[in-house]
Amino acid sequence: MSKREETFLLEPERYEFRALPMHQFALGRRDFFRIFGAGLAVFAVAKDVSAVQETAPGPRGFHNEELPKEIGAWLHIGEDGTVTGFAGKAEIGQNVRTSLAQTIADELGVAFASVRMVLADTALTPFDAGTFGSRTTPTITPQLRKVAAAARELLVAKAAKQWNVPAEKLVAGDGKVSDPVSGKSLNYAELAREDIGAQIPLVEDAIKPTSQWTIAGKPIPKADAREFVTGGHRYTTDLRPEGMLYGKILRPPSFGATLISYDNSVVKEWSDVVLVRDGDFVGAAAPTVARAEAALAGLRVEWKEVPQISDAEIFSYLKKNAQPSNEPRFRQAKGSMEDGLAAAAHKLDASYAVAYIAHAPLEPRAAVAQWTNGKLTVWMGTQRPFAVRDDLADIFHVPERNVRVIVPDTGSAYGGKHTSDAGLEAGRLARASNGRPVKLVWTREEEFTWAYFRPAGVIDVKSGIAADGKLTAWEFHNYHSGTSGIATPYAVANQVTEYHQVPLVLRSGSYRGLAATANHFARETHMDSLANAAGLDPLEFRLKNLTDPRMRAVLESGAKAFGWPRKKSAEGQGFGVAAGYEKGSYVATFAEIFVDRAKNSVTVKKLVEVFECGAIVNPDGLRNQVVGAMIQGLGGALFESIQFEKGRISNSHFSSYRVPRFKDVPEIEAILLDRKDIPSAGAGETPIMAIAPAIGNAFFDATKIRLTKLPLHPELHLLG
Amino acid sequence: MAIGLELEINGEKYSVHYPPDTPLLYVLRDELGLTGTKYGCGEGMCGACTVLLAGTARRSCQIPVSAAVSKPITTIEGLEKNGALHPVQQAFLDAGAFQCAYCTSGMIMSSVSLVQSNPHPSAEQIVQSLQGNICRCGTHPRIIEAVERAAKAIQGRSK
Repeated sequence: MSKREETFLLEPERYEFRALPMHQFALGRRDFFRIFGAGLAVFAVAKDVSAVQETAPGPRGFHNEELPKEIGAWLHIGEDGTVTGFAGKAEIGQNVRTSLAQTIADELGVAFASVRMVLADTALTPFDAGTFGSRTTPTITPQLRKVAAAARELLVAKAAKQWNVPAEKLVAGDGKVSDPVSGKSLNYAELAREDIGAQIPLVEDAIKPTSQWTIAGKPIPKADAREFVTGGHRYTTDLRPEGMLYGKILRPPSFGATLISYDNSVVKEWSDVVLVRDGDFVGAAAPTVARAEAALAGLRVEWKEVPQISDAEIFSYLKKNAQPSNEPRFRQAKGSMEDGLAAAAHKLDASYAVAYIAHAPLEPRAAVAQWTNGKLTVWMGTQRPFAVRDDLADIFHVPERNVRVIVPDTGSAYGGKHTSDAGLEAGRLARASNGRPVKLVWTREEEFTWAYFRPAGVIDVKSGIAADGKLTAWEFHNYHSGTSGIATPYAVANQVTEYHQVPLVLRSGSYRGLAATANHFARETHMDSLANAAGLDPLEFRLKNLTDPRMRAVLESGAKAFGWPRKKSAEGQGFGVAAGYEKGSYVATFAEIFVDRAKNSVTVKKLVEVFECGAIVNPDGLRNQVVGAMIQGLGGALFESIQFEKGRISNSHFSSYRVPRFKDVPEIEAILLDRKDIPSAGAGETPIMAIAPAIGNAFFDATKIRLTKLPLHPELHLLG
Repeated sequence: MAIGLELEINGEKYSVHYPPDTPLLYVLRDELGLTGTKYGCGEGMCGACTVLLAGTARRSCQIPVSAAVSKPITTIEGLEKNGALHPVQQAFLDAGAFQCAYCTSGMIMSSVSLVQSNPHPSAEQIVQSLQGNICRCGTHPRIIEAVERAAKAIQGRSK
């Protein structure tokens, strides 16, 4: 699948996938497997083609473009018994380095500690479109299981041949193949040492059922955890290759500004500074950050600015500038809204809005780039190393095989590290730096300004319910924010769901859960209003309109843990519920808040969330992700919003862009439902999306004031 | 104008040549390679760059290197003694109190400062003293748990 085709099928709100790179340069594709020593290498092909095996009697050299792109994972068993798994996914704090190694260890039958993962290195790992969409667990985990099962079967076959006994009489596990009858055993290291032969086992049937998991499903601590408590782990921002220079980019004063004059006469003779001007791109590389900054400060430049939309007018702009689309996937309809509304005892129309918000990963975007003999290596904290490689190859007009992108385990991303910007910038500066590596670390202000945002959006809902509380009509229009989670999980015969594209105002793109947070906020708030209109309990109303047993299960188990319906024990108390389904997983969130009108304050006291994503691979890592999403969700729910005027971000610092801190964290209970009978889905996103509506609904319960915009800023509404 | 400065970091003496107003953070990271101390904002608002200066948690991005002269500096790299983790490091490890872990160094340094000055911190005091440290992954409950565990471990050790 080409890059263009692949993006076409993605959610439309991944605007950054289709955006041009931030820079266009005026000027003028992989060697692989050297690292494989002798041993056994097994590849799995996606699309359920059986595994392909390669034996590696000695160092091999072949290019990975010779391998079909369907290959998503492979592994190698060294002569010392070390197992190495390879996948193109990046570790960004979601703990896949651990969960993927667990999967291999479980399937192959070796200790967790003997498995190491090589991740997100375009020269060493299989092609991967990117670490997004909660896809690692549902796609890579089964592939690694397949290769691990294939490897295990090959090792068993080898032992069977050597002992002249049927393979099915042998047992594989604990890093060895044993014959329970004769008591003989050979460890994997010994078996991997020799040529395995050409047999390709049918691995589909060989994969362990969840009931036989021994290492998967267990709360194994984060791989390499010690490195993170000692400061030993090297993030991209920490790299210091020999001879490295520090880069700085001259940013325009506002979005869309173009460079109209450039005078470098003051600094051009600075012998320790590399100055680059390429179109509107201006940057410097120098022995220190301060020196690079000084060089840029010494330039005399003029920019031509252009008018820009401000935050004050954004919502009306989005409604007015919706563009007609003939993409059928953007509009889903069934039944007749007219009939549905005619059958309704209560009708309710409402409009909802969500602000732009920033990912604000604590490790800012950063890259280290080095050119050596026309080949470029870039270390970068990115979720899409192969896309970055392709962008670098395009922009520098070099073959893809001459570009290598390596992703050190990264200081978080949340959907924000999909673009190539920092890599392109560091690469451009490095190209002028005579072979010296250049490190570029975006400042916090650059992060808040030149990255991209979760898009703002407006959502209009029209609805009707019958006297018995059953939904009769549901019409849902999302302007700009996107399609994720747009389809209602509630049963309603007459419905229209439509996404309306609007030209970008701010650079926008993916964020944890994408538009699912906006769509769930609108839908679950609206459902709460409908329950109120019908005089029904909000939970009862939802269950009345739900048939999906998994969604019912998360709601029912949350209600039990929370004690829903709860009696108010204090003035100002409010309880709210919200739920949803997205990307193969289910969530229900219950919130207790406390409103103190005298102090004009609103406190979230407690959140209970139930999450179900099929069979749990690592309950400890999953709990971290779920609780983390809940806390991150508090920011977008309560106070996070990007403010902008005249093409400038007005709150580009942590002092003015508020993110959740310790005092904002309520009592949290996360309940993980483990469905061993259902294939594992990803979990990075869905747990965030019901937080905002649960809190907004609790605020309504406490005050009878309905909040329809994110962030809720509930305290602002107490004054009337 | 760069001047010669003597620093004492993790019990070792270092001579550096830097403009005196350079934030300590950049000297630690760029000059001395002590990259366990992280850049998160450069504005004293996130706590990722926290070090101990004369035993107290300080944001190294806000301290001119000249102000750190003749005061002992401890960074995350200086906590481990003879291969044994500091009880706060061990507690973070045991509690799994990290996700991307980029904030972890700063969280640990702030927590060390807390438990050194207050061996019996309440949950409220922990929250108060870590309020300036940002964790974007939302690992706060485990971080509080880790500090509580560390305080208990230190009390147990001193008995």
